[in-house]
Amino acid sequence: MKYEAVIGLEVHVQLKTASKMFTRVAAGYGAPANTLTDPVVLALPGALPVMNKEALDRIIQAGLMLGCAIAPVCKWDRKNYFYPDSPKNYQISQYDQPICLGGAVEIELPGAARNVMGEHKKIPLTRIHLEEDVGKLTHGAGDSFVDFNRAGTPLMEIVSEPALHSADEAFAFLTSLRTTLVQGGISDCDMEKGQLRCDANISIRPVGETKLGTKVELKNLNSISFVRDGIALEIRRQTAMLEGGGVVAQETRQYDGEAGASTAMRSKEMAHDYRYFPDPDLMPVQVDAAWLASIRAAVLELPFDRQRRFFSKYQLPYTITAVLVPDRELSDFFEETAKLCGKPQAAGNWIANDLLRELAGAKIALADCKLRPAHLAGLVKLVESGVISSNIAKEVFTAMFQTGETAEAIVGRRGLQQSTDTGELEKWVTEAIAANPKAVAEFKAGKQQAINAVKGAVMKASQGKANPKLVDEFVRRQLG
Amino acid sequence: MADELIFQSAARLAAQLAAGNISSVGLLQACLDRTKVVDGRLMAFNSHDETGALAQAKAADERRAAGRARGPLDGIPVGLKDVIAVEGQPLTCSSRMLANFVSPYDATVSRKLKAAGAILWGRMNMDEFAMGSSTENSAFGPTANPWDLSRVPGGSSGGAAAAVAAGELPVALGSDTGGSIRQPAAFCGIVGLKPTYGLVSRYGLAAFASSLDQIGTLTRTVEDAALLLGGIAGHDPLDSTSFQTEIPDYRTELSKRQGSWRLGVPREFFGAGLDSEVGAAVKKAIGFYRQSGCEIKEVSLPLAAECAVAVYYLIATAEASSNLARYDGIRYGHRSTKAKDAVDLYFQSRAEGFGEEVKRRIILGTHVLSSGYYDAYYLRAQKVRTLIRNEFVDVFRDCDALLSPTTPTAAFKLGEKSSDPLAMYLNDIYTISVNLAGLPGISIPCGFTGAGLPIGLQLIGQPFQEATLLAIAHAYEQGHDWHTKHPALS
Repeated sequence: MKYEAVIGLEVHVQLKTASKMFTRVAAGYGAPANTLTDPVVLALPGALPVMNKEALDRIIQAGLMLGCAIAPVCKWDRKNYFYPDSPKNYQISQYDQPICLGGAVEIELPGAARNVMGEHKKIPLTRIHLEEDVGKLTHGAGDSFVDFNRAGTPLMEIVSEPALHSADEAFAFLTSLRTTLVQGGISDCDMEKGQLRCDANISIRPVGETKLGTKVELKNLNSISFVRDGIALEIRRQTAMLEGGGVVAQETRQYDGEAGASTAMRSKEMAHDYRYFPDPDLMPVQVDAAWLASIRAAVLELPFDRQRRFFSKYQLPYTITAVLVPDRELSDFFEETAKLCGKPQAAGNWIANDLLRELAGAKIALADCKLRPAHLAGLVKLVESGVISSNIAKEVFTAMFQTGETAEAIVGRRGLQQSTDTGELEKWVTEAIAANPKAVAEFKAGKQQAINAVKGAVMKASQGKANPKLVDEFVRRQLG
Repeated sequence: MADELIFQSAARLAAQLAAGNISSVGLLQACLDRTKVVDGRLMAFNSHDETGALAQAKAADERRAAGRARGPLDGIPVGLKDVIAVEGQPLTCSSRMLANFVSPYDATVSRKLKAAGAILWGRMNMDEFAMGSSTENSAFGPTANPWDLSRVPGGSSGGAAAAVAAGELPVALGSDTGGSIRQPAAFCGIVGLKPTYGLVSRYGLAAFASSLDQIGTLTRTVEDAALLLGGIAGHDPLDSTSFQTEIPDYRTELSKRQGSWRLGVPREFFGAGLDSEVGAAVKKAIGFYRQSGCEIKEVSLPLAAECAVAVYYLIATAEASSNLARYDGIRYGHRSTKAKDAVDLYFQSRAEGFGEEVKRRIILGTHVLSSGYYDAYYLRAQKVRTLIRNEFVDVFRDCDALLSPTTPTAAFKLGEKSSDPLAMYLNDIYTISVNLAGLPGISIPCGFTGAGLPIGLQLIGQPFQEATLLAIAHAYEQGHDWHTKHPALS
């Protein structure tokens, strides 16, 4: 019996706003415990919520980026339940009139090989709504502590349709979502800081069956890799259960990334009745055409759209776009360079390979690097016009990166121009042939690579300044 | 001299202060002295800070001496129902749950009154968490009616009403969710005003029912209500349900708006259950208006009369069950020492901290919202609420205000109704629909029963038309002398 997995993801994303969802106290991470609080956060008697407009702007922006329909009117509901990390013992959320409906996340699956683009799919979303985050509990030996710094942070809940069918798809979904949201300035999506949290609902069914199997909720998936691994594990577990003649129990399981295993969480006696009702302290939200238009104007190009554009406009291969596209700054750097030098493929290569390598080595960010698009454009032009060889160009690149000087300045100062003196070149070739009789003999006997020793000697004699194409031409001619 | 002072209106006191005839310290001292004489019997105060109050009074006098007096409320003592936050003062809501809670922040109305120079003095007794109609639900013991110490002052703002009636305070702020300002005002023979929903900020008012609560005034004259309302009304960015509307000078509008109004009398509010003496006094008041040239028309509010109490107790308890969930002993308030674990902490703290009526309403409200019952109870109640509001809208097409009794009876005896919650709920039968519709309502004294107990006349106004409502009330008051009568307490 072949089974297929059906997976839905519930992703909570903290919005990157200055203040909390319903009060003006700063939102943030890492502050001393219980310092980002006020009467509203702590739910003191008499405190009242007031909507944070920036959070609304951000979720509308996210909804537009993900192709959602933005509800013209939406409202707030109270989700009532008692828990020590929830100051009011109700959470302000959106129940039946969320701000975003539908939408989709485009994913890219792994290709046949590393340099081959994999299949693209669009995973439909059910909805996106806004709510407030809760505090953070830590448990000691005999007691527990609660820090309310996180309580009240704006939280976007993104619910996918049960339309994913593998752990890899789930991984691709989260990666794509994260890239989109980070590039949109919506959230930093740092899972270690709890800015992006994911629960998965997993069920399996016989291939061809349309009815859904019993689903299991999987929690504590603390990284995108753990999401993938946890889902894969759960699919195996459910498959083994059914193949062994058993039945999958509807339950919530906790994943342990270190152990690579999951355990059933103590099931509550009955499903929670949240007693949702419209929050009487807040007004409904009306998103009119003018508001929508102002947000739409700020929505930037989506990552996969840029990937497609880079391919069609600049003919950049997948190996290069795969590196550039996830990083908006890098992509912008590339486009600026391409615009200045008119050689996008060369620019792409330099950035994807050499620039990233230098940045990693120096441990600095692109924004802090001395080498700017104009520098790189200058270098590319020098190579294109034959002023320097591509070997020399690598030396110039490194110098540019370190000093911020222009390519022209470095070439001029170090006298790195390619030699155009063919007479001198002939002389070097003759001397190299004479100095490498063994290699010459091997080449003439049929060993093609032997010519490299001779060419290498010529380059050395020219201190790298000989034009490699000409060297090859001249050596072959002299060797007959 | 001190006697005269303690029963003078705030408006008159303000004039005296401005003229230099009295000082704020002298005025406050008179109130303090009066409190020492009568509050042992009245129990209107949960607490008060004598030192703090005198310091505020001294500061007010210094401002005045330096020519920097802030206006008519500067130096006037104002009592606050123990449900409104004042920084550094207790905020107990007359509950064991908050018995030791001191507010770290000011309610917006407190901030506004402080800016006006008022002396915020006294935490006034109330029914616990504003749930009740007699102040017998206070965890600290009931307040007595100054007109008859064996009777209730009404509730839930009973302490504030009793104190103003007895001359312990010139004015006070209360809160009204179903009648909790107007009913005690009627029982205590004073003026109680509940503004239009949204006129006065709820920020800093410990919430009972969010869509019904409003802070309002308890005073001895209509002019004082206008004065105090001016000090607290206005849009507040900290309260999302607060309305943007121009605030007139209510006091100067009192005499400007004259003449003959169209006054509606809802026939259903004069039916069964209305005490005959109360009915007679209210009818006499209606007669006065007729004689002054007002058009009196009979109107009908059948849905309000029949359903308002039921609708109210579904919506208010539902909202309360959620609003009171925050009282768990985790961040503040009473925390049980008997708890075995986190869940048990909730059970024990709330069992110990809440009184019976509060528990009753939380359980009822939780049930109303629960799965399977939400549609039949909460949703249906909200729909009927809209219909009740529409009923008022219809009636107000041809009326400037409505007249009715405030309560079906005069003040009842302590203990008389406390064993029958439903009988207690019916006290609010004339006031409750006003909250459901979000309208302004005021109770003014209109007579006494044969036993010497005050009777209240309720006027209901159009949304945000407090100026008109106050003028209509003022006209009646000035044609009578009920407001000059004071309880014989010495």
